[in-house]
Amino acid sequence: MNTDTHAAHADDHHHDDGHAQSTFSGYMLGFVLSVVLTAIPFWLVMSGTLPSRQITALVIMAFAVVQIVVHMIYFLHMSPKSENGWSMMALIFTIVMVVIALSGSLWVMNHLNSNMMPIHEMTGMK
Amino acid sequence: MTVAVNPSQTGEPVFYLADEHPHPEGYSTSLGFWIYLMSDCLIFAMLFAAFGVLGANYAAGPAPKDLFDLNLVAVNTSMLLLSSITYGFAMLTMQQNKIAQTQMWLAITGLFGVAFISIELTEFAHMIHEGATPQRSAFLSSFFTLVGTHGLHVSCGLIWLVTLMVQVWRFGLIEANRRRLMCLSMFWHFLDVVWIGVFTFVYLLGVLR
Amino acid sequence: MSPDLLKLIFGRLGIDSLPLHEPILVGTFVMVALGGGALFAGLTYFRLWGYLWREWFTTVDHKRIGIMYMILGIVMLLRGFVDALMMRAQQALAFGGSEGFLPAHHYDQVFTAHGVIMIFFVAMPLVTGLMNYVVPLQIGARDVSFPFLNNFSFWMTVGGAVLVMASLFIGEFARTGWLAYPPLSNIGYSPDVGVDYYIWALQVAGVGTTLSGINLICTIVKLRCPGMTMMKMPVFTWTALCTNILIVASFPVLTVVLALLSLDRYVGTNFFTNDFGGSPMMYVNLIWIWGHPEVYILVLPAFGIFSEVTSTFSGKRLFGYTSMVYATVVITILSYLVWLHHFFTMGSGASVNSFFGITTMIISIPTGAKMFNWLFTMYRGRIRFELPMLWTIAFMLTFVLGGMTGVLLAVPPADFVLHNSLFLIAHFHNVIIGGVVFGAFAGINYWFPKAFGFKLDPFWGKLSFWFWVTGFYMAFMPLYVLGLMGVTRRLRVFDDPSLQIWFVIAAIGAGLVFLGILSMLMQFAVSFLKREQLKDVTGDPWDARTLEWATSSPPPDYNFAFTPVVHDNDAWWDMKKRGYQRPLMGFKPIHMPSSTGTGIILAGFATAMGFGLIWYIWWLAAASFIAMLVVGIGHTFNYHRDFDIPADDVIRTEDARTKLLAGAK
Repeated sequence: MNTDTHAAHADDHHHDDGHAQSTFSGYMLGFVLSVVLTAIPFWLVMSGTLPSRQITALVIMAFAVVQIVVHMIYFLHMSPKSENGWSMMALIFTIVMVVIALSGSLWVMNHLNSNMMPIHEMTGMK
Repeated sequence: MTVAVNPSQTGEPVFYLADEHPHPEGYSTSLGFWIYLMSDCLIFAMLFAAFGVLGANYAAGPAPKDLFDLNLVAVNTSMLLLSSITYGFAMLTMQQNKIAQTQMWLAITGLFGVAFISIELTEFAHMIHEGATPQRSAFLSSFFTLVGTHGLHVSCGLIWLVTLMVQVWRFGLIEANRRRLMCLSMFWHFLDVVWIGVFTFVYLLGVLR
Repeated sequence: MSPDLLKLIFGRLGIDSLPLHEPILVGTFVMVALGGGALFAGLTYFRLWGYLWREWFTTVDHKRIGIMYMILGIVMLLRGFVDALMMRAQQALAFGGSEGFLPAHHYDQVFTAHGVIMIFFVAMPLVTGLMNYVVPLQIGARDVSFPFLNNFSFWMTVGGAVLVMASLFIGEFARTGWLAYPPLSNIGYSPDVGVDYYIWALQVAGVGTTLSGINLICTIVKLRCPGMTMMKMPVFTWTALCTNILIVASFPVLTVVLALLSLDRYVGTNFFTNDFGGSPMMYVNLIWIWGHPEVYILVLPAFGIFSEVTSTFSGKRLFGYTSMVYATVVITILSYLVWLHHFFTMGSGASVNSFFGITTMIISIPTGAKMFNWLFTMYRGRIRFELPMLWTIAFMLTFVLGGMTGVLLAVPPADFVLHNSLFLIAHFHNVIIGGVVFGAFAGINYWFPKAFGFKLDPFWGKLSFWFWVTGFYMAFMPLYVLGLMGVTRRLRVFDDPSLQIWFVIAAIGAGLVFLGILSMLMQFAVSFLKREQLKDVTGDPWDARTLEWATSSPPPDYNFAFTPVVHDNDAWWDMKKRGYQRPLMGFKPIHMPSSTGTGIILAGFATAMGFGLIWYIWWLAAASFIAMLVVGIGHTFNYHRDFDIPADDVIRTEDARTKLLAGAK
């Protein structure tokens, strides 16, 4: 256990400086992927190919998630190893926070709206 | 800095480093900058939350369908994507120590960034001209704020880029400048990631709505 | 001059913005001006400005910045507490047709300023100051990861405090309550500068807080000395890590909320308005996403302090270290899942309320686990009732009480009865004073000898302790009673004369707390005068357990002549036990960051920009912004930011300590 941090400290240096994963092919692969992943959602929405809006919405959201992952790996060079895993940890924590705050806000405010602004019922109650 | 932490050969425990090397300059920078980006990520998350909650409140004003021109958004997106890959080339040439090429790729990245901002401003001007001002409805308030904050970040990135080009020109690709270029690279690609969210949730889903 | 020109130069600032018609404020201004003038004259007479500038204002030394944070916190405590006294006096007097002595316009500013100052400019600086001072020492580092940023963060916090203080004499402060809910805080209902002061003070200080959060996270992650794995970190460092994670994950939310509010006020957008699709409730939702983690930002470091103090003064290893760490981490995550309990009554409905009620109750489990850990640490310990330990015991009793009323309020139906009542006020003062304030005082008494080389005087310290504790109970227990009787918060006058007795008791309690604060100031003064008697040369006056006590008091600029190597949780205890010998030779030059004035200059421009925006003095805002940009970019052209302390200096410092230690024996 004792030597762990130290050894880790030492190979930290090598990792940070180089960001060794960045290669021409890596960037190109990321670029091609993201072009494809951008083009398809635009095409889906602009042409209206899919039968229903819900399906289209779900599909383009899925594409967004995949594209974000692609950018993280090929452009931001995220890997479980960078900074001894701390970058990944920070990212995961942030994602959890974002999900909590976003979905929580939407949930809370939706319920508020449906509880506090019953416009239809009010008109019906007269 | 490889030092045995375990008891030394004599069996005596070691309580201090007799021979140490200070942490190299900028030892914490990339982690620190990454954590800053995470906090920035939360800023955008909250703006997305505001858009998510308020984005359907048109107040009898224009809706996304009336306003958004997806062709323009597609062009704009491609500007940002292209600037990403050119920044990547700048980083690759930097690794090979080619100053002139690095500067060239940085300049090209900057031009794509300027193009992105110009298109965005044109779009904004057009909308405002049509009467779709940020004051018109909660939807437009949150739209302008979210997209505008992203644009503001890109603009800051451009100022930073120019500063770095001057610094590379004056001092060369020294260690400190490499580190700074790497931070700007993270910043730039991070803005790209945010833009994925913007075009998906604001523009595409907006038009679908 | 034409009115247009005046408006261009001064914005909406005019001679009538000065509160000349309010005798209380004029009196205060005279006092402050006299005091400030005397201080200024004194500093000039003794030619201390150069010294202050070189050694303190521009320093990047985490220890000095920590001390400056503490001074800021204590100065602002005086301001915030005067507000509290005024409120208590007003409420005790305003019965039977009496209007009290505060007009509504002024009273509303007083309760808003009290809340804002106590949270942002007292509790935050005290907590940040302690973390700044102690964390690098505890992990065996020479400084924080980004020393310049640390200096800048501090001055941004000061900038925010300056804006709040300016509102006392130039214009007015917000009259909205400490979270400035719209629509009251919108331009339609608060057209004057109060809310703008609120917004810009918090924005300027908020930038500082976020950056210092990033800085301390990096410090803890990257600069731990060899051997100190995560699970060997002192508990205070652990809580500091979690607190700073919370800061980084929540202050951006505050920044966004306030930015949206200012857009509503300045540009006329419709985020939180009543018309055009805006939703004031969204503000409440968003600001509490920041607001609840903020509570834990304040209290987690206090938990850390209590852990250090308990194990030191019980002479035992902390009971349940691992569970303590896990409890801290769990609280960190859970604190993000409970924000709605601040507005159960807003109308989200049963399902939402139940979820947030349950998560809130769950938080009490890890907190309770911590409480048992401290008790078990004390169990069969050889407890020394020194000042830090006294504050810790007062905390345990008080905080449990506050926690229980908290669980009570977490039950949504009960909250429907008690929300916005004085019961709530009593509850959160119970946890914040009992937790954060007592924690800060325990920390001050505990680490003061480390920072200055002499202990604090126990007599005045005990006096302060007893005044504070009894005063606290007298001031807030009546509020529980009043709250249960249905008295709501922020009232200025009362009709029912039967309530008066409770307010009078509370006012007496506040008076006792005031005596406690005076005793504490006295304690500092007396300790300074008696510093030779109270001197500690060993660097370890409490026979403590963690690494900060391994170095001298006060520590040298470089903290440790040699970077320590750690083998145990209680690193220093382990070193003492195993016969650690202080190294006496082989010193080398030490690499350190250099001081810079950029931080204070940037923060000065930021404050000026805030002032310009508050008063619509657009040229000032624009000029300050541009100046900030120029200075900031200019700073990046400076590539030489550190220097070496020559080995000779290190040898001289260490030899001086060797002599001192020899003399002590």
